[in-house]
Amino acid sequence: MRRDLLTSLLAVVVMTLVLGLAYPLAITGIAQVVFPGKANGSKVSLDGKIVGSKLIGQEFKGRAYFHSRPSATEYSGDVTFFGNAGPNSAELRDAIRENLAAYVKREKPYDRSLTREQVPVDAVTESASGVDPQISEANARIQARRVAAVRGLSLDEVEGLISDHTDGRSLGALGEPGVNVLQLNIALEEAAPLR
Amino acid sequence: MAEGWLQIGLFVVVLVALTKPVGVYMARVFTGQRVLLSRLLWPIERFTYRVLRVRPGEGQDWKEYARSLIVFSLVFWIALYLILRTQGVQPFNPQGFNSAPWDVNFNTTSSFVTNTNWQYYGGETTMSYFSQMAGLAVQNFVSAAVGIAVVVALIRGIVARSGRAIGNFWQDLVRTLLYILLPVSIVGALFLVSQGVIQSLGHYQAIHTLTGGQQVLAQGPVASQEAIKELGTNGGGFFNVNSAFPFENPSGLTNFVELLLILVIPAGLPYTYGRMVGSQRQGWAIFSAMFALFVVGVVVVYLAEQHGSPAQHAAGLHTAAFDGSTGGNMVGKDQRFGIADSALWTAVTTVTSCGAVNAAFESLTGIGGAVPFTNLGFSEVVFGGVGAGLYSMLLYVLLAVFIGGLMVGRTPEYLGKKIQAREIKLVSLGVLFTPLTVLLSAGVASAAPLAKQSIYAGTNPTGFSETLYAYLSQANNNGSAFAGYTGFVQPHAPGNAGAYGLSFTDLLGGAVMLGARFAPILFVLAVAGALAGKKVSPPGLGTMRTDNPTFVFLLVGIVILVGALTFFPAILLGPVANGLSGRLF
Repeated sequence: MRRDLLTSLLAVVVMTLVLGLAYPLAITGIAQVVFPGKANGSKVSLDGKIVGSKLIGQEFKGRAYFHSRPSATEYSGDVTFFGNAGPNSAELRDAIRENLAAYVKREKPYDRSLTREQVPVDAVTESASGVDPQISEANARIQARRVAAVRGLSLDEVEGLISDHTDGRSLGALGEPGVNVLQLNIALEEAAPLR
Repeated sequence: MAEGWLQIGLFVVVLVALTKPVGVYMARVFTGQRVLLSRLLWPIERFTYRVLRVRPGEGQDWKEYARSLIVFSLVFWIALYLILRTQGVQPFNPQGFNSAPWDVNFNTTSSFVTNTNWQYYGGETTMSYFSQMAGLAVQNFVSAAVGIAVVVALIRGIVARSGRAIGNFWQDLVRTLLYILLPVSIVGALFLVSQGVIQSLGHYQAIHTLTGGQQVLAQGPVASQEAIKELGTNGGGFFNVNSAFPFENPSGLTNFVELLLILVIPAGLPYTYGRMVGSQRQGWAIFSAMFALFVVGVVVVYLAEQHGSPAQHAAGLHTAAFDGSTGGNMVGKDQRFGIADSALWTAVTTVTSCGAVNAAFESLTGIGGAVPFTNLGFSEVVFGGVGAGLYSMLLYVLLAVFIGGLMVGRTPEYLGKKIQAREIKLVSLGVLFTPLTVLLSAGVASAAPLAKQSIYAGTNPTGFSETLYAYLSQANNNGSAFAGYTGFVQPHAPGNAGAYGLSFTDLLGGAVMLGARFAPILFVLAVAGALAGKKVSPPGLGTMRTDNPTFVFLLVGIVILVGALTFFPAILLGPVANGLSGRLF
């Protein structure tokens, strides 16, 4: 018993030092030298000014931008939580109905043929992370007409920017394709600044 | 859906391909043979024994083995609790977080020491980098190694033909850490950083967004923790939303690799088992039973999520997939994972006792959500947690041998050893302890007025699901959650202003995790002790074989029977009620 206790105490010290400090600090050291950009959050900038991380989505309002998905956390990057709406929740039904109506109302003036049936699910549902950096390609295609009209770009130009900022499946097979909203909006600002 | 099935198929193929090499490697480590890393690690291993005052090679009987394990876990429990309590005065705390309340810390400590990683706290709003690295992540390594040590001891008991020794706990612990968990974590962590998972010790960064708003980006040593969190089937997220947060899991590729890390050891262990008992067919038989139950779960949850939820349909949303849209239930799921990878993850994390999530479980459809319930209802024997999965499954194997023996009227034998009254008593206790703990604690929590505040969804099937899942998950040392359920009220304010613990929920959960981890471990070690040294009789004509499809079928049947009989009524009241009725609440 005493031997077990002594070995346990020693093990707690040794393991905390090796696994709890040496290991993460060594990984941090290597990461900061070899992958400094990624280790610090994959920042993106406009005109030399950092405006966010390409991995962390942002909220966009107004007609001149592509809009991100609805979020339970208002795109908080330091306080995260799930929306936790159950599958049979009446509140969830109401929220989706509202989002759907707002989405159609916003895009319809630029695409007269748009109906509720064509709205992709991601456009009106909250993500898991609260900071989903991407929207679906279908969602981006619908919004392209509005953004092109407001920014005075041709639809072809905007669709070109969309495909430039679409992340395909990793290795061509893994995950779902998605359009990075922040990077797309940065590209828009570069191609056709608001003022 | 074709691309989705393709990804799931690809994952399964890679996993099965890894089973043998990983299984062989682990078998060599556990039996003290030379492996690739021996030249580098043997001196370190020897030095560690000297420092810890361990005499390697000194065999322990089951009681000595159990005593070492319990004393070690207890000392580490105290150390972790102290680290969490005194967080405010420690280094690596750029955000200046104070300690969480004592009751929340009790729950968290019990959670990490038992390989559960149930989390009532949000990591990025509660924990300093020191607590994450030197407190929680250390337990990610250690609790995983303890689980693996127990299964290795059980295997030795099954194999041993003379003597009472089932190995040396300290040696199993050190070798598991040094040869398996640490090297893979180092490689895994560096790979994850190369793909965008963050690894820094700096301040959270305030940023002016593109449209002039404010966004604070949390930082932290995430990759080093992410790798061992998956590999050790721990599952405790650095961030509150766990592997859904892009800084933990930024792409389809990282998602794939993290899923592999979760399953690679639990899926390799049956092969290790076959090798150590000297019959690869025995290992494959167990693997097949696990694999069958796993695949059914994946298929069900994928189909259910792709169909969409009643709330979506009632809102007039079309959930069919079309060009450029995944369709399905995207509530609580991120675009880069879509339906298929979220569904695959849901199944993987609940068959293993990992509990990391990349989607919000509470927002799963009724039938999709029934899959995690069912997987946990099988007491984590479908691959299961590292070590814990196989040792629990071996109890079921002995049970199946016993029941099969009764059916054909023969004395039950397993690998030539007679299974007698003492073993069967211990096996029954081991098999039934966890389910009973779940039903009792969930029952108490459903009835107790004190626990009412923990429920988010209210008095409806989803609210009941929250409670039942909370105790199902904690008792099975899983750690995933229907996350509305809480024992720590954090009003989503920076600096945790106004946060307080819910003592009843925290303490009940902590006790459940400790009991349902260590009581079965003691039963398993006792079984190992009872089997060690038993005479082995050669197989005769009438011996029931345990390496053919008939036995696999019997084993699957018994796992389903025990799980279904115990939990079917309760699961009906929660997710199944949601899934079948389609009513909104």
